[in-house]
Amino acid sequence: MDVADGEFIGLIGPNGSGKTTLLRVLSKVLPVKSGHILLKGENIEKISRNNLAKTMACLSQEISLNLPFSVREMTLMGRFPYLSKLGHETGRDIEVAEEAMKLADISHLSDRLITEISGGERQRALIAMCLAQEPKVLLLDEPTNHLDVGHQLSVLDLIRRLNRQTNMTVVSVFHDLNLAAEYCHKIMVLDDGEVVMFGTPKEVLTSEMIQKVYGAKVLTELNPVSQNPHIIIAADMNHPNQ
Amino acid sequence: MHKQKSWIIYLVLLVILAGACGVSLFAGAVRVPISEMFESGIIQLRIARILLAIFAGAALSVSGVIFQALLRNPLAEPYILGVSSGAGLGASIAIVLGLGTLSIWALPATAFAGAMLTIFLVYRLAREPSGVVPVYTLLLAGVIVNAALSSILMFIVSVSSSDELHNVVWWLLGNLQIFDWQLLKLASFVVAVCLTVVVILSNDLNIMTMGEEPAAHLGLNVERTKKLFFLLASLMTAATVAACGLIGFVGLIIPHSVRLAIGPDHRRLVFASALAGATFLVLADGVARTIIAPTEIPIGVVTTFIGGPFFLFLLKRKKRSYWC
Repeated sequence: MDVADGEFIGLIGPNGSGKTTLLRVLSKVLPVKSGHILLKGENIEKISRNNLAKTMACLSQEISLNLPFSVREMTLMGRFPYLSKLGHETGRDIEVAEEAMKLADISHLSDRLITEISGGERQRALIAMCLAQEPKVLLLDEPTNHLDVGHQLSVLDLIRRLNRQTNMTVVSVFHDLNLAAEYCHKIMVLDDGEVVMFGTPKEVLTSEMIQKVYGAKVLTELNPVSQNPHIIIAADMNHPNQ
Repeated sequence: MHKQKSWIIYLVLLVILAGACGVSLFAGAVRVPISEMFESGIIQLRIARILLAIFAGAALSVSGVIFQALLRNPLAEPYILGVSSGAGLGASIAIVLGLGTLSIWALPATAFAGAMLTIFLVYRLAREPSGVVPVYTLLLAGVIVNAALSSILMFIVSVSSSDELHNVVWWLLGNLQIFDWQLLKLASFVVAVCLTVVVILSNDLNIMTMGEEPAAHLGLNVERTKKLFFLLASLMTAATVAACGLIGFVGLIIPHSVRLAIGPDHRRLVFASALAGATFLVLADGVARTIIAPTEIPIGVVTTFIGGPFFLFLLKRKKRSYWC
């Protein structure tokens, strides 16, 4: 499986199919059991964790944000792989962090506390932290989870902008198939730990695939604006006799 | 509040600490003119107590900061993984066996050994075959071991004679009466070394508060960091317990209060907590010595009496979260 520079890849699949596990393996949190993961031709097993963090940033769902750090302090934590063990930031670190906040459109919140802002703002702040790592690859685990539709779109628009403007490669887990269809160049379907399909949204998002992998009957049609596939859910298709 | 320069915060805290030391030096169960304090040797005794209070307060507070950061639990404190009951059990076995009369080192040594053995036991119990130590398992293992060891401790207390009983209880309640300068030197050496390492590596604690997976994503070697900090915190706590018994609540309320005042950045929280904790114990010891003079009350009673209500205040405040 190859992911090219600057691609936006969506990972989809039912609960427990191994999407998050794949992200964990890709980001070296879990060991590779078989096969290899190459990043620009280099085996990630051989890249030190610290150096990997300078190339690859990952926004996991497992983040706990209990302490009242400001958005600026959180963003600066993204500079961690570049700091000496003493942990003092230089002028350049602060510059990069300010730039990251600007890109993520949260500069106006930089003095607010991460514990006090809304879910969508928090997600953008965490993306700013990822950007402060100056990554070439961004891994995201359901970045729009628990967000309302407005915040979902603002977060995904931000990610698409980064992907287009800075040619950053994005690999993101999606639950919402329509969002995946709309934002991704390619979609990888996982089922029970195996990759069952990998291709463009048009190739992958068919009612047959969804019936087979998710066990749900849906209709697909084309989005009138983007011409991407669009999934239509009709309750009566699955349980007509209820 | 979060923007003050670190050195200003340290300077203010140092001045307060110096003031506390001054007050504590001249307050005591017996009122002695300054000239006589030098002749009678009272001054040396008080200086020793103050030094012990400084090191114990700093050690317990910084341990508290570490445990709260690594366990990501606002209720975490230095004794949470069972160090206290392990040390208590070690010391009470020494007292009951009469080892305490053999050497003044018997009690601190057995307490230290008990504390460190307990930590290793808890860590081993929580470790998975892959080498990963999940913090929730660690927390549970700590609570269970703590309870088990406490019951053995209670058993020993219940079957020991009244003299021994008094010694055990007195020791469990915390006591800064220094009986040996060597012990003070050794305990403060351990604390000073650990504290220096923690201050140097304090930024790692910031990263760890986000959780282990995000910390790994930022390039931190999580298991190694966790092991190192647990070891440092346990060494400091064990050294403190060995030198002056159990002093509750310091390691719980000082990190919270300092965080409330200067924010959660561990690069300054660690050292500021050390200074604040030292001040708190110096003052608490002054109170313990003088409040019903000439009788001295255990310092653990004073710290808990102040700490309990203070923690309730934090709990009721609950403006943003339990983390202030």
